[in-house]
Amino acid sequence: MLERALTGDQKYYRWITALLILMGLGFAAYLVQLNKGLTITGMSRDVSWGFYIAQFTFLVGVAASAVMVVLPYYLHDVKVFGRITILGEFLAVASVTMCLLFIVVDLGKPMRLLNVLLYPTPNSILFWDMIVLNGYLFLNILIGWNVLEAERKGVHYPNWVKPLIYLSIPWAVSIHTVTAFLYAGLPARHYWLTAIMAARFLASAFASGPALLILLAFLVKRYTRFDPGREAIDKLSQIVTYAMIISVFFVGLEFFTAFYSRIPSHMHALQYLFVGLEGHRNLVPFMWLFAILAIVALVLLINPSTRKNDRTLKIACAAVFFSMWLEKGLGLVVAGFIPNPFDQVREYTPSILELMIALGVWATGFFVLTILYKIAASVKEEVA
Amino acid sequence: MESSRRNFMKIGGACALGLGALPIVKAYAKNEKPQVAPDSKALVATKWAMVIDMKKCWEKGKPGCKDCLLACHSVHNVPEIKTIKEEIKWIWNEQYEHAFPGQENHFLPEEIRQKPFIVLCNHCTNPPCVRVCPTKATFKRKDGITMMDYHRCIGCRYCMAGCPYGARSFNFRDPRPYIQTELNMTYPTRERGVVEKCSFCDERLAVGLLPACVEACKCGALCFGDIEDPNSEVRKLLASRFTIRRKPELGTQPSVYYIV
Repeated sequence: MLERALTGDQKYYRWITALLILMGLGFAAYLVQLNKGLTITGMSRDVSWGFYIAQFTFLVGVAASAVMVVLPYYLHDVKVFGRITILGEFLAVASVTMCLLFIVVDLGKPMRLLNVLLYPTPNSILFWDMIVLNGYLFLNILIGWNVLEAERKGVHYPNWVKPLIYLSIPWAVSIHTVTAFLYAGLPARHYWLTAIMAARFLASAFASGPALLILLAFLVKRYTRFDPGREAIDKLSQIVTYAMIISVFFVGLEFFTAFYSRIPSHMHALQYLFVGLEGHRNLVPFMWLFAILAIVALVLLINPSTRKNDRTLKIACAAVFFSMWLEKGLGLVVAGFIPNPFDQVREYTPSILELMIALGVWATGFFVLTILYKIAASVKEEVA
Repeated sequence: MESSRRNFMKIGGACALGLGALPIVKAYAKNEKPQVAPDSKALVATKWAMVIDMKKCWEKGKPGCKDCLLACHSVHNVPEIKTIKEEIKWIWNEQYEHAFPGQENHFLPEEIRQKPFIVLCNHCTNPPCVRVCPTKATFKRKDGITMMDYHRCIGCRYCMAGCPYGARSFNFRDPRPYIQTELNMTYPTRERGVVEKCSFCDERLAVGLLPACVEACKCGALCFGDIEDPNSEVRKLLASRFTIRRKPELGTQPSVYYIV
């Protein structure tokens, strides 16, 4: 089926070329990092994880796109999702690919990566994250590919795929939970040390993943002859609505606990994010943008008439995706390090090279996504 | 059995993958550990600990004395990287409010508020850094020392997120050009991309020497010994003087105690 990715119209080639150029630039920047070390990033001994790990954390959430169509389709027989499960699964493949790449570019010694396998350490959450992320990647490749291939041949997919589909549902929950546990179990990082971290990850994932999926479904409809179906988009938008409400509610819970208890260490990170701490306010505009976008998204989503209108739904989904990106892909990781263990505020700003590498990884993800969606759409056009 | 080239390739690929995974299986199945005979002069303990008498340091030491810090950093080829972001620190000075955040108040004696406290890795009994390390590159020795294996560290910096004491430094750049002291040829320099920290001078203990900082202090403010031995110097100090530890509420059980 891969050959379908090789043929396309001029627009398709232009898009692929643009992505390849970005990937090339990112790779060149990565070679500089490989040569000079992580000194080329904005990270420090105080904020020792930055943009890379934040992107990784956010993208684990986007991978939830798969489970949010697979679960209703296979467990609740929501037939309208039948047409788009493949889009959800392939989006998960692309996001998990980006996640893994972001981990690799963040390592100080990437050539020693396999030490994680050679010296397996079950007490480390990172070890389990490696297992669940790779497992989820393979599950979605296997399931997506086999189901699509069967569809092309006009037959039912092989029976051994079914248990894997069921397995992929709890597995999706595990990737968010384990990724949240990376943060939620560290004794002196007060912003992360919260029991609802995993719940927050799940809620924001179920908002941002399907939101991107809706936007992609509109794009697929526009650029191919495959129509994912208005009903499927309707159902997805309901899921995004509920998930977004819960997400914002959870952020509110964090505020209550911190500011009603008035324990300084619990308040510091939130203060840093939203009003600034000791005169340091790098992230304040971004977090207010998050708040505004979240409210815009909620208004557009909760109101049925704007949710059912294509134009406003697109705006709402973009607002969900971008606001969750600001919250998780920017604020959450960095604020965990502020203030540092010495109660000092040391801020973090990503460097240009760091952003270029991140852009290269995003381009790689969208390259994978484009190839997979091209194949899926071609097969769907063929059998339609 | 009917087969096609396609199936043959699939099976062949699976076999190659299986063979490739063999070293991993061996790593999982491995049981025995290499045996090394200890030096007969080596200092041994059930659990090493340090008591730092800050009063002694401030009263008897010359003002601004940095003997212990310099001794450590030169013995261990610690580079001097001048930017705050990439500093490598094994043992250094912090003010009270930074070393013991949350425990300061406005009315503490001036001396406590202004004078430097010596901070280093606490060699915790329950070290979060060891718990989170995905490769066991940082690990707990039987004698209580929290060790680093610079050759196994993958540079993920999870231990830095885990450490509540900011005791860990990452080599963002190649540290070798920044070693200002005379190179100690008996101790390895580090590469870029790994985390490093104080090791309670495991290499000196192994040949019967006290940690470099303890040896360097002329006023005897640093006391090092076996905390499980009731007759040791550290136990006598702990029994007779009031001591505090950094962030005791986290349950990490630091092995570095302070007399103030």
